[in-house]
Amino acid sequence: MSVKHGLLALLERGPMYGYQLRVAFDSATGGTWPLNIGQVYTTLSRLERDDLVAALPENEGQRPYEITPGGRDELRKWFATPVQRGDRPRDEVAIKLALAITTPGVDVAKVVMTQRTATMRTLQEYTRLKTQPGDLPWLLVLDAMIFQAEAELRWLDHCEASLLRYEPRPVPAATDVEVPR
Amino acid sequence: MSVLELRDVHRIHGAGETAVNALNGISLTVAPGELVAVMGPSGSGKSTLLNLCGGLDSPTSGQVLVDGTSLQSLSRKQLAAWRRKRIGYVFQNLNLIASLTAAENVALPLDLDGVRKSRRQAEIALSEVDLDGYADRFPDEMSGGQQQRVAIARALIGERRLVLADEPTGALDSRTGETVLRLLRSKVDAGAAAVLVTHDARHAAWADRVVFLRDGAVVDVSSRDQPEELLSTP
Repeated sequence: MSVKHGLLALLERGPMYGYQLRVAFDSATGGTWPLNIGQVYTTLSRLERDDLVAALPENEGQRPYEITPGGRDELRKWFATPVQRGDRPRDEVAIKLALAITTPGVDVAKVVMTQRTATMRTLQEYTRLKTQPGDLPWLLVLDAMIFQAEAELRWLDHCEASLLRYEPRPVPAATDVEVPR
Repeated sequence: MSVLELRDVHRIHGAGETAVNALNGISLTVAPGELVAVMGPSGSGKSTLLNLCGGLDSPTSGQVLVDGTSLQSLSRKQLAAWRRKRIGYVFQNLNLIASLTAAENVALPLDLDGVRKSRRQAEIALSEVDLDGYADRFPDEMSGGQQQRVAIARALIGERRLVLADEPTGALDSRTGETVLRLLRSKVDAGAAAVLVTHDARHAAWADRVVFLRDGAVVDVSSRDQPEELLSTP
């Protein structure tokens, strides 16, 4: 997701100025993606340049923006298009573990265990938040984080079981790696 | 004082060359108001641990104490009475008696001890799990989630302060399973102590502590008593 589409979705509710957009974005994402006001205004400028939003006359020193028909089309396209796995950030835990296995002197089981404890704590913390009242959009964001943490824990269990059967192959030394010409 | 305490508990199944070390020196305490989840792969000792906590099995060495009393110090008859009065069980397969109503199922542990007005206590226990008006229904007239709530009401009726739950959400869908966990959590918050065996991390996350077992030993403990909050509710 880009900030651009987030702001377009919020402006579909009605005209808003920068600070209102920042607060609404924070509320919609449950504070999981904090935006600074600079990001909001930079994005609004780009959206205005691309005719996706239009600035309205100033009101008490604040300039509200409204979504344009072009912005509405862009928003519909966004909602209709699935998010591709490749668009998401790389999984640092997976990369760290892959490197741990091939790095001499690293206790890989310990790396798995340390990560599992941390992820379990995170999952416990998210679950505690579920006991507090919240609106459905926030609860769904929370559920998404809970399911992601659960998936990571299942994957870590799988890694641990796989490590027990793992017999390492010799890792090529840096000097043996062929450099593409 | 802790409700449950395990002191260096070992359990060896079989003898000689075929002996299997099911538990290797487990020490664990569970305080009132505390929910402890036990996770681990198949064969890691989870069920053995739960059976020992409930006095359904005896350790090869070490001690299991419930409310300060060592279960090994009790005769079989005393142990049966102790279990009935002090320990509640929730199993994956519910173990409700089909020919008894919800209230009769819940009141059964009290009836076995000759407690009077057990029906009234059962109705209160059913009300606490949001099953007002279900007292005279038979298990097959209730949904899986409702039956599991009856099982929890039965587990907590009377003076019992320790609940042992073995995959209590196993047969339930995700949302109903969460309802059962919320209920268990609220019972624990009200002062009970509970041990929950589960393979589901989302369910274990309702616990205050998550104990990971491997090959009969505790390999890891995750606690949620961290000072900082990861996220705030908007």
